[in-house]
Amino acid sequence: MMIPVLLGVTFIVFFIMSLTPGDPAAIILGDQASAESLAQKRIELGLDKPLLVRYASYMGNLFRGDLGLSYRNQLSVAEQVWDKFPNTAILAIAGILVALLIGIPVGILSAKKQYTFMDNSSMVLSLIGVSMPNFWLGLLLSLLFALKLGWLPSQGMGSGFFGLLRSLVLPALTLGTGVAATVVRMTRSSMLEVIRQDYISTARAKGITEKQVTNKHMLKNALIPIVTAVGLQFGHLLGGAMLTETIFSWPGLGRLMVDSITSKDIPMVLGAVIFMAVMFSFVNLLVDILYAFLDPRIKSQYKGKKAAAKKEVFA
Amino acid sequence: MKTADAKKQRTLSAETWRRFKKNKLALSGMIVLLALVLIALSTIVIDLVTDNAIYNNKVIKQNLRLRLQGPSKDHIFGLDEFGRDIFMRMIWAVRYSLFMGTIAIALSTIVGVILGSIAGYYGKVTDNIIMRFMDVLLAIPSMLLATAIVAALGTSLTNVLIAIAISYVPTFARTVRASVLTIKDQEFIEAARAIGASDLRIIFKYILPNSMAPLIVQATLGVAGAILSIAGLSFLGLGIQPPTPEWGSMLSSARSYIREGWHITVIPGLGIMITILALNVMGDGLRDALDPRLKN
Amino acid sequence: MSTVDELIRIENLTVHYETDDAVVHALNDISLSMKKGETLGLVGETGAGKTTLARSILRLIPSPPGIIKSGRIFFEGKDMLTLSEAQMRSIRGNSISMIFQDPMTSLNPVMSVGDQIMEVVEAHNKALGKEEMEKQALSMLEMVGIPASRSHEYPHQFSGGMKQRVIIAIALACNPILLIADEPTTALDVTIQAQVLDMITALKNRLNTAMLLITHDLGVVAQNCDRVAIMYAGQIIELGTLSDIFKRPTHPYTKGLLGSIPSLNKEVKRLSPIKGMMPDPTDLPPGCKFAPRCQYASEVCKQDVPPSYQVSTTHQVRCILAREEVHNG
Repeated sequence: MMIPVLLGVTFIVFFIMSLTPGDPAAIILGDQASAESLAQKRIELGLDKPLLVRYASYMGNLFRGDLGLSYRNQLSVAEQVWDKFPNTAILAIAGILVALLIGIPVGILSAKKQYTFMDNSSMVLSLIGVSMPNFWLGLLLSLLFALKLGWLPSQGMGSGFFGLLRSLVLPALTLGTGVAATVVRMTRSSMLEVIRQDYISTARAKGITEKQVTNKHMLKNALIPIVTAVGLQFGHLLGGAMLTETIFSWPGLGRLMVDSITSKDIPMVLGAVIFMAVMFSFVNLLVDILYAFLDPRIKSQYKGKKAAAKKEVFA
Repeated sequence: MKTADAKKQRTLSAETWRRFKKNKLALSGMIVLLALVLIALSTIVIDLVTDNAIYNNKVIKQNLRLRLQGPSKDHIFGLDEFGRDIFMRMIWAVRYSLFMGTIAIALSTIVGVILGSIAGYYGKVTDNIIMRFMDVLLAIPSMLLATAIVAALGTSLTNVLIAIAISYVPTFARTVRASVLTIKDQEFIEAARAIGASDLRIIFKYILPNSMAPLIVQATLGVAGAILSIAGLSFLGLGIQPPTPEWGSMLSSARSYIREGWHITVIPGLGIMITILALNVMGDGLRDALDPRLKN
Repeated sequence: MSTVDELIRIENLTVHYETDDAVVHALNDISLSMKKGETLGLVGETGAGKTTLARSILRLIPSPPGIIKSGRIFFEGKDMLTLSEAQMRSIRGNSISMIFQDPMTSLNPVMSVGDQIMEVVEAHNKALGKEEMEKQALSMLEMVGIPASRSHEYPHQFSGGMKQRVIIAIALACNPILLIADEPTTALDVTIQAQVLDMITALKNRLNTAMLLITHDLGVVAQNCDRVAIMYAGQIIELGTLSDIFKRPTHPYTKGLLGSIPSLNKEVKRLSPIKGMMPDPTDLPPGCKFAPRCQYASEVCKQDVPPSYQVSTTHQVRCILAREEVHNG
């Protein structure tokens, strides 16, 4: 099910990038190049062939791990993407951790203490968090903690364990705050739904502690929709990474993409976007699996489908 | 003899409005939004009337001697790195964010409604094809999609609009499709078909009006998201180009001059945040007003 | 009522729900007691306060709006309303259990049924090893007629009637002396209703558990209860044995209830419902709560809340009409 979608994704991005005006050959060889060498370069790049053929050969190469050569520096796109990707992954994971570690507890507390000061203030704060452009937050954090107070570095990715951690704080907060705000709202509404369910009364009537009620009965049920939502938020995270990495000069895929766009490095942009889209799809797949794992009703559906499919195959 | 007051026959929209009004937060959001729309419209009128005189003299004219001055009596928001009055730039920037966001979402809604209602109404193969296509679009994070489109086609206003509109189509298509699926099996649709109403008429007259509620909410929240995307793109230099004032690009230049004064960093961001906050509370308020059962 | 086998005694219990808009007078001066092993039916219309009463006993009333204004509940020699939350927890599911109305939503969808039974065993038998607990949970399943092999399955894999049986298994797992059953069969099909009630009664007799059976169905009462309490607008307006209530109903409301049941035997041209509706619990009439609907109501009825008159050793009625019965009988 995922494969056709991914194929579609690659085709669409390829198609979009193919619409770029301008002559790639000129970008590579420079303006001074002669007309023949330009023509020859174009043939080399396969630019004379129709779209679908070019797409097919691009995909063929992709499966062999070859994403072409960057227009800017003539080096392998795949290598550069692969080189920068871990940095973005670190940032993204840190961002999600920030979002979950702040968002879920605050959401739970807000739901349990609905309408109190705590609830109202967390709702206000999460509203602001959702409405704040994350690049602005990055600038503000940078201004306050890096420039004015000098506590944390404002640029680059640190080396060594603590260096890395220190340089990760501000970018992770920037990236994670928006998602955290969404997580707070989702957790709260999911918990509120669960709190009013009959099985919570049943649980309390058993005489178990309130903590057990919260963990085994409320949370386990409330988490299911939250997990799905976080998976979707990951997409925003990837988009936001472009902005965050730019502000903090974080050497990741996002910044690579932005630089490539300004220099019209089509293969690089293509490679980076496709890579990120594929990453997003994988995360969503993981979320689907996790979802089935958490909710026995879905697990049954899967088992049912598998059994039905098996029957068809062996019938 | 006093006749008893007949119970006021309230229409659905009047009832919704009544509920919406009770929500003070949502109401203030709407007021802020109206104020912003007024500001935007007045800048357009002023430009037309003065033949861009004020725009040229106050908004984009540079005054390098006085650059980066902080807020003062003459310039309440201070001056930017080219000596331009930030207050004036902020006022003139409203229309780009607001109207571009609205137009992008309007386009998106139209396309989404068409695709979603066709998919939902005709079902089966048509539904499958359209929805697979939506899945593909959704698999690409919206910012990335917008960036790719702008990267390929260039940074003009139109391209940014198209990029953002495309990235929101799946959301609207899905919303409309869900509504259509709920309504299409109800008996009054069968009745309509029995009296010979055409498919188009059924969709437009019966199904769509009932799908309005979630659409309106999505659209409001969508405009907020679109404005954020536009600002983000401009921040990266991929959207609206200087010297046109736009909050995102104003923040972009703030990057280089972040030490010179807090005003260049804080103020444009505040503009974006207030606009989006207003849209978000209004959207939330609409959602609660349109279906109070959903409210906790 | 001898105090030797008295199990629980509720005295003058008054419970309100206080919200921003209004105060709901859910329970107004309820007094009730139960003997060990007996089944007391609690009958009333929706909104009479039955569920509030049930939840008050276990103190499961949601506490921001709900407040226990006054009263005492004596159980095992102590006033439960003075107990701490921890002490209440050791009672819940242990000496007093409760089952709720809708079996479809009363079980945690993401926990296996076996685990849900084990949970209550574990909560009150900390000393027991894991194997012992599992054995007990499985034997409870078997006792309610569900094969132990299904203990790893999830609630959605069971039918409504079977879900209710799981809930009963949970309630009886720790051998409680009192089981509060809030309309346990209302949400089930009629055929399943009989099955489930029979099973509850059989188990109850086997374990000698007392039961407070809340229902609006007089047929269920007639088949399962020893005594009956009729509730109206947060008060108990008549209380007696099965024959007291069915053969000698005294309160006009009770008479109306019995009269409104369609009969298979008699030929009746029209049903005779009780005129009017139960009063709004935020705006109760000052005197007798039934007075607005009562054909025998007098001025006194509308002004003073009638006390409960003891018509016989077993039969109480909250109506001034009963006063004559007391003098006569």
